[in-house]
Amino acid sequence: MLLIPCPYCGEREETEFHHGGEAHIERPQDPDALSDAEWANYIFMRTNPKGLFHERWVHAAGCRRWFNMARNTATNAIIGTYKIGEKPPKGAR
Amino acid sequence: MAEVEKPVKKYSLFSLARNALSFHQNWEKAWRSPEPKKHYNAIIIGGGGHGLATAYYLAKEHGLTNIAVIEKGWLGGGNTGRNTTIIRSNYLWDESAAIYDKALQLYEGLSQDLNYNIMLSQRGVLNLAHNLHDVRELKRRVHAIRLNGIDSEYLSPAQIKEMIPIIDISPSIRYPVMGASLQRRGGVARHDAVAWGFARAADARGVDIIQQCEVTGILREGGRVTGVETTRGTIHAPKVGIVTAGHTSVLAAMAGIRLPITSYPLQAMVTEPVKPILNSVVMSNAVHCYVSQSDKGELVLGAGIDGYNSYTQRGSLHIVEEQLAAVCMLFPIFSRLRIMRKWGGIVDTCPDASPIISKTPVEGLYINGGWGTGGFKATPGSGWAFAHTMARDEPHALNAPYALDRFTSGALIAEHGAAAVAH
Ligand SMILES: Cc1cc2nc3c(=O)[nH]c(=O)nc-3n(C[C@H](O)[C@H](O)[C@H](O)COP(=O)(O)OP(=O)(O)OC[C@H]3O[C@@H](n4cnc5c(N)ncnc54)[C@H](O)[C@@H]3O)c2cc1C
Ligand SMILES: [Zn+2]
Repeated sequence: MLLIPCPYCGEREETEFHHGGEAHIERPQDPDALSDAEWANYIFMRTNPKGLFHERWVHAAGCRRWFNMARNTATNAIIGTYKIGEKPPKGAR
Repeated sequence: MAEVEKPVKKYSLFSLARNALSFHQNWEKAWRSPEPKKHYNAIIIGGGGHGLATAYYLAKEHGLTNIAVIEKGWLGGGNTGRNTTIIRSNYLWDESAAIYDKALQLYEGLSQDLNYNIMLSQRGVLNLAHNLHDVRELKRRVHAIRLNGIDSEYLSPAQIKEMIPIIDISPSIRYPVMGASLQRRGGVARHDAVAWGFARAADARGVDIIQQCEVTGILREGGRVTGVETTRGTIHAPKVGIVTAGHTSVLAAMAGIRLPITSYPLQAMVTEPVKPILNSVVMSNAVHCYVSQSDKGELVLGAGIDGYNSYTQRGSLHIVEEQLAAVCMLFPIFSRLRIMRKWGGIVDTCPDASPIISKTPVEGLYINGGWGTGGFKATPGSGWAFAHTMARDEPHALNAPYALDRFTSGALIAEHGAAAVAH
């Protein structure tokens, strides 16, 4: 069970949150211009790294806001959380 | 220094008797532990069941024996030795039915083929329905599966109770049992024995099995694979197969390939051993649990995946709580059993809950992964089809639908709901 520091509410138990998968995947600007391979990359392909990972979470049973978190997937150590639109904290880039 | 290796002998009643006379002190080693050579005709990365099966069928069916299986830990120490050993082939889609039933058919003759008892026990697998939608979906599936020539039956709650007297079928429980599908050919097998049996049989055909050797890089030249970098030096080969389950994305990234795979912890546990009380396998998707009883008497219980990706090989406790609540609802008699051990494995899930058994954009590099939470049952079929793919540089009809390009073409094999429960 993770203790997740919501940037709005502070540390809360993992069960209050939902995971939103990999962060910083940009929706294509011009969807009509995308090839099938580009669509596949956008919809299905994921980095799935062992180590530093940027991910989205929503504080579903709390403030209900989305935010980003940097976590080490090899250890589950949380490096930091940051608001949508912000850059990852130092040591998590 | 190279050890002096004795050739592997055939196991039989006579060898058992002979070894009993020397108090079982003189059994030959089941496989050699050779030093890695500088060059092989093919390298399999990953010494789980799927990798070892691939090596065995490469040697047996395609005459390729100058090959190595490279494992970073010990044989079967990944998901092969961590799963709840459930085997079945009652999948909805034709593509799945074909490959999972091929695997089941191979399993049915595997102990003889490998001269190794994999303890296959076809005790029947039940998938429970807990609401009207489940009932309709299960019935539809039972029919679809029968049309594919695979045994499949639908049971009423009374019929379930007859098979499993300890199950609670009262309509008043939170998620009442409203029916079940049954595959009688389904069951369990000893997971370690599957890995060890394939290892011993592959070794006997000349395959080098190299443990404690981690692949750290995949060598390429002009779009072709040329070998691997390992913690025990560089090893060259014109063909390399990635069969590393939870670490499939990590290995693919070494060759610059992105995959649609995400890795999650999946947990299982066993209770203290008790006398025989459950003689089939019971699975429920809606309340999420799957349970069987091992030959030692322990109940083997499987939970769900964690809510987020991770490589930690341990899962969250609240996932275990949820699954135990489901077990105790269905089997109140289990509520006072103690859990002896729990563990996690890292499962490589695909968006359509189906595996990737495929060539890749790098020539000579092949991937067999994405089996996620349910690949133990597929082990022999997966190895068989992947061996064909590696030997001929083209997929067999069985695994052609499982190519990587299905995520571009859109021809997904969506087994999420269709497989009832993920395992
Ligand atoms: C708790 C749990 C329950 C499950 N229950 C079931 C079930 O009931 N029925 C079912 O059908 N399936 C089940 N599964 C899924 C099943 O276990 C897997 O799909 C299957 O065992 C995968 O086999 P494998 O040989 O591909 O992987 P593994 O056995 O994981 O083998 C992969 C190997 O690759 C090695 N490796 C990784 N990286 C490297 C590297 N860089 N260099 C060298 N080697 C490397 C690993 O050490 C590992 O030994 C379950 C899984 C878990 C975790
Ligand atoms: Zn919050």
